[in-house]
Amino acid sequence: MTAVAPAPARSASDPDPQRRRARRRASRRNVLSALLFLSPWIIGFLVFTLWPLIYSAYLSLTDYDVINDPNFVGFDNYVQLFQDPKIALALGNTLFFTFIQIPLYVLVSLALALLLNRAGRSSGFFRTMFFLPKMTPPVAVGILFLLLFNGQNGLINTVLGWFGINGPAWTTDPAWVKPGLIIMSLWTVGASVIILLAALQNVPEELYESARIDGAGFWRQSFSVTLPMISPALFFIIVVNTIAGLQTFDEAYTAFFGAGNTTYSNDAALFYVIYLFQQAFQFLHMGYASAMAWILFFLIMIVTAVQLIVSRRVVYYEGEAPK
Amino acid sequence: MSRVLPQGTPGQEFEPEREPGTVPVAEERKDAAGSRGGGAAGSARPASTRSGRSARRGKRVRRVVVIAVLTLLTVIFAYPFVWLVSASFKPRGEVFDNALIPKTFTLDNYVQVWQEAPVGLWLLNTAIVTVLAAVTVTLSSAMVAWGFSYFRFRGRGALFALVLGSMMLPGAVTMIPTFLIWNGLGFVGTLVPLWAGNLFGSAFYIFLLRQFMLGLPRELFEAARVDGASQWAVFWRIAVPLTRPALAVVLVFEVQAVWTDLMRALIYLRDSSTFTIPRGLKSLVDAFGFGGEWHWEIIVTASVIATIPMIIIFFLGQKQIIQGVSTSGLKG
Repeated sequence: MTAVAPAPARSASDPDPQRRRARRRASRRNVLSALLFLSPWIIGFLVFTLWPLIYSAYLSLTDYDVINDPNFVGFDNYVQLFQDPKIALALGNTLFFTFIQIPLYVLVSLALALLLNRAGRSSGFFRTMFFLPKMTPPVAVGILFLLLFNGQNGLINTVLGWFGINGPAWTTDPAWVKPGLIIMSLWTVGASVIILLAALQNVPEELYESARIDGAGFWRQSFSVTLPMISPALFFIIVVNTIAGLQTFDEAYTAFFGAGNTTYSNDAALFYVIYLFQQAFQFLHMGYASAMAWILFFLIMIVTAVQLIVSRRVVYYEGEAPK
Repeated sequence: MSRVLPQGTPGQEFEPEREPGTVPVAEERKDAAGSRGGGAAGSARPASTRSGRSARRGKRVRRVVVIAVLTLLTVIFAYPFVWLVSASFKPRGEVFDNALIPKTFTLDNYVQVWQEAPVGLWLLNTAIVTVLAAVTVTLSSAMVAWGFSYFRFRGRGALFALVLGSMMLPGAVTMIPTFLIWNGLGFVGTLVPLWAGNLFGSAFYIFLLRQFMLGLPRELFEAARVDGASQWAVFWRIAVPLTRPALAVVLVFEVQAVWTDLMRALIYLRDSSTFTIPRGLKSLVDAFGFGGEWHWEIIVTASVIATIPMIIIFFLGQKQIIQGVSTSGLKG
């Protein structure tokens, strides 16, 4: 039975040379069928990942407008990048947005997940309701943002008015554009809530019982049992949302950038990928945009690496001795 | 350890997991079910250790408070969407009115959107792209995932590491050369670039499906091989049907991703007749907003038209979506 199936060829241990040869043939055929199954990905990887990667690195060293051939300029694009005030602005906006948003996002989704976990049988309905905004296309979310946060007659300021607060001009005042977008992004925490809820429900009840026997109270149980047990899910949410936050595009582009590059609010919503998109597809500065893409790539790698290093100290995986 | 999907299916998680003997009374059993997992506050303590009735009442009060808070939050979460739908039925001057029920109910906005833009065509384009993209990515990812989960060959680990690595690659890096490829092939301006890349699978889905397939009983496949089934038959006739729950997750995820995708549509589509819904919506925002005076009633109504199909898909595939999402973060 094992000889027919694509089991690992342990030819060295088999003394019969004929069987050994048969096995080697079977294993070669096995590799061939494996390659056939993998071929879509292999082709896709070569054509749509590896080649673009190499070509993008090359383009970043050129001047290229799609119409004329690329013109090699060395590291000029990178030098120019560091002198472009709009890059600094876009990068600043993006980092501000991402790193203010992430803690809030995690806290809100954790709070909602803890509440749902307490709700027992009725949590299914609430879970659905919290997830629903996630199904709204980002373009529509951007439009909703413009309406709800409208300075004069938007719902948010109307509600603030009930409490005697004079709300800011969220969509036009540069200082309030990003806070507004952050608040709006909290509307779509649904997916993270569900991930955390699943993690909370997978914490074995025995752990709480033995903690209680040891005299642990609510806070002690939360910090010594709940948080360590759900730390892999928390870590996943933080990493995925950081990477997504650094690449924010749809909502901000819809709400703040019009057809003829008309923008308002002093580019307060000019995020890095929006500027990259403009450089590449509106100004046709493909070389410059490629250099921008590589800077983003390194930025994401650094941020993810830092998160990974930190996670080794604080994330606990089941079956692993705590450090 | 490596099985992601088969364990912990939602729906079962609220079943009481009590130890026999600790909670003998039927009513208390119900309470234990409600507070399971929320034991952090010491609520699941056996009745005998505390004055039973007051503990139970305290628990019920806490339950009511939790439900009340959740209800309030649900209203906050649902309000913007409900308001958006309601605004689409309000006449121009009343769009910003905060009432949920329109003072003057009108269908004019829908008529006007239909006259101003080929929304029906946009919906059709989006549907075509979405179906093609979702079906191709599901099939190709399943094939590749099968290649990684069933076969053993040298270099498999390294190759799979490459799949995982490509998952981390930000889309911005490959965006420009990918555009140049489609441009070179003459497909810019058509719907092809919006789905054809999916013929080659997607790293995240390959990962998800491989995890699921590793949990399938291997003996079944080997028995089929002994009975003379070809490798393809084993995959197509045995593995694929068994993987159906995970395939459904992939399908629904991709439908959501493609339906809402703006950036690719911005890059590849030129003519209004080829627009997808997000791209068309953006063009309406440009025309009826950034162009001059904002015509909110048109923009709002078009947003509702763009969102409704997603909501329908959500309710149809709700179980799969929730299940897929809740398992995707477990072994990140």
